[in-house]
Parts: sequence; structure tokens; C-alpha cells
Amino acid sequence: MSQTTVSTWEEFMEGVWRQNPVFVMVLGMCPVLAVTVSGINALSMGVATTFVLVCSCGLISLLRKMIPKEVRIATYIVIIATFVTVVDYVIQAVSLALYDALGAFIQLIVVNCIILGRAEAHASKTPPLPAMTNALGMGIGFTIGLLALGCVREILGAGTLFGLSLFGTGFQPWVVMVLPPGGFFVLGAWLLVFAAWERRKQRKLAAQGGGVQHV
Amino acid sequence: MSESVAQIFINALLANNFVLAMFLGLCPFLGVSGKLDTAFPMGVATTFVMLVASLCAYGLNVLLTTFQLEFLRLISYIVIIASAVQLVEMVLKKYSPALFRALGIYLPLITTNCAVLGVALFQTAREYDFLQSLTFAIGGGAGFTLALVLMASVRERLQLSDVPSVAQGTALSLMLAGILSLAFMGFAGLGG
Repeated sequence: MSQTTVSTWEEFMEGVWRQNPVFVMVLGMCPVLAVTVSGINALSMGVATTFVLVCSCGLISLLRKMIPKEVRIATYIVIIATFVTVVDYVIQAVSLALYDALGAFIQLIVVNCIILGRAEAHASKTPPLPAMTNALGMGIGFTIGLLALGCVREILGAGTLFGLSLFGTGFQPWVVMVLPPGGFFVLGAWLLVFAAWERRKQRKLAAQGGGVQHV
Repeated sequence: MSESVAQIFINALLANNFVLAMFLGLCPFLGVSGKLDTAFPMGVATTFVMLVASLCAYGLNVLLTTFQLEFLRLISYIVIIASAVQLVEMVLKKYSPALFRALGIYLPLITTNCAVLGVALFQTAREYDFLQSLTFAIGGGAGFTLALVLMASVRERLQLSDVPSVAQGTALSLMLAGILSLAFMGFAGLGG
């Protein structure tokens, strides 16, 4: 962002769409692929990550003048790990089934590159409110990405959506979609779709601008 | 939980490969797998960090359980891993500056490699003893290196082929990873 006055809305939308962590930046892939076997898993993982992202970005932004530059990464990680521990215990208390389904991936939120990346690139330089807005946008963008994957994999692999049967008994589940390879394939397919879409938009822009540029 | 050491090794290496079956450590897997020359050292460096982290995590876990401080587990693990990475970085800088430059930003990023933290967390969750933890770390590291090297070989070959321009980049790498993962599913059940 080169402008000095970025509106709150822009700050928020950056993460949701333009810089979507899953589809544009391709960050934090491990939980994206591992937990998205069903829509509900994807949603809860997204919410947990968003919570950690917003809280730690807020705290880091508050403390940004106090943290010495040399040990900033270590400080960030300890702050993030604290909030992840909180989330870990909360999920365990609220729903043990969900906790078992997500497994070690709740604790692995600590090493999610999105959070550390946001802390380093954004929260360490901005006041708390915009930092948290931006973090919330990123979190929601991440959740959208997770849901896009989780729903497709659940529909294809189990014939259900959020546990509801969609096709009746005649449906033959496409089991590979809920197995590890399916994760890679579905994400790859989504990226292809976005790349093709981006390409079309650019071509349209070029056509409007006089059609000088050939792709 | 009474897996033999050999079973743990085979499982971590092939059947439950860290990258292709458990989705751990995907960032370096997609980031450094462009060239074989960097993929292999990266794998070895990660394996070493895993080994150190696993040993420290084992000792630390005993300590934490004794004093009933389990809620500090995650925080202390991550600090230990960060120190181990720092150690590897210093050693590499001293003995192989060229490699140090080639790995670049990905070296400090081993800290945030979920495979490393994954080793520490899984061995705790499965209550492995000392020898089992050690085997798990070595097997997991070797599996990570194997996946990285396989991927790099395929991608080097792919640079010479004619791919539709839309598919170039991450999308293609993911499709490739999917196919590799499909192949690795054939190992399921091997570790018993």
C-alpha cells in the first residue's frame, strides 16, 4: 500500500479478496489441505485461525514500540503460541469430537505462515485498530478458502454438505477426494480456475485499452 | 500403543509420509522443490532440525509432566525449535556459505515448518518412548527429503515440456503433488 490513507474497508477487503491468503498468496497450505475433508471441519479451523490472527495482531500492534527489533520474531511466536494454547483448550472443552477430528492441526496454527507473515508485514507497523481490521479480513479470506475446498471435497467425496445428504442413496462417493490426493487436486483445480479468470480479465482490459498488448 | 521401531520408521517414511499423506511442511515442499541442488540439502537440514527438536522435545516433555506444566508444552517446543534452527544456520554459514545463500529465506523458515513441530507434537500425543521418538524423527525427515527430491526431479523435467500457460506455477505443482500422493497411497498398510 503506497497511499497514506487507506480506508478501513480497503484494509478489510485486502485479505478477503485481493490478497486472499489461500488463492492469491498460497500461504498456510498445511491446514488448508489437511483439515478440509468436510465443510464443518473447514469452518471451525477457519474460525480458530481467525481468532488467533486477530488477537495476536492486536497485541503485537499494541506492543510494537516495546519489542526490540532483534528478538521480534521470537516474541511474535511466543505471543501467537499463547493464543493458540487458549484456542486449543477452548475447543477441547466445547467439542471433543471436533478436537479429535482436527487433531494436531489446532496446535499447528502456531506455525501457520499467514499469522507470522501478517505480524511481521503489517501489525508491527500499524496501530491496533487497522491492524486488527486487516487481520480480520485475512482470517475471513482464509476461512473462505478453507470452505471452498472443504465443501467441494465433502460433496464429491461423501455426497454430503455439512453432514446433510445431498444426492440420496444412488450416489457413489468419489472416495479419493477425501483422501490426501484429493486435497492437492481440488486446490490445484481452484488455482487453475482463478488463473483462467485473471487471464480473461487482463485480456478484457487490454482490449479496452486499444488492444495493443498480446498475451 | 506398541509399534516396533521398524514399523514406526516405515510408516513415517512411506505409508504416512509427512508431506504427501499428512500435509506437513508444504511451504518448503512447494517453495524449494524447483531445483534438485537445493531440494536435497534443504531436506537434510530439515531432517537434522527434526532430530534435534525431537530429542529436546522428549526431554522437555518429561520435565513438563513431572512439574505438571503441560499447558506450556506448545510454547516451549516452539522456542526449542527456533534455537535448533539458529544452530543449523550458524553451522551452515560457517562451513558452506554457498549453500547458505542458496537456501536463503527458507532456512529461517524451517522454524515455521509444521513438519518439525509436527514431529514433536505427534510423538507426545502417541506417547513414544525415547528410541521410538528418535526413529520417528529420522523416518519423518527421510520421508520429507524423499518427497522433496522426487518433486524436484519431476519439476526439473517439466521445465522442458510445453505446458499451457494458465496451468504454470503453483497449480501445476499441486496437481503433481496430488499424483505423487496417489502413488504413495500404494504404501498404505505396509507398516502394519
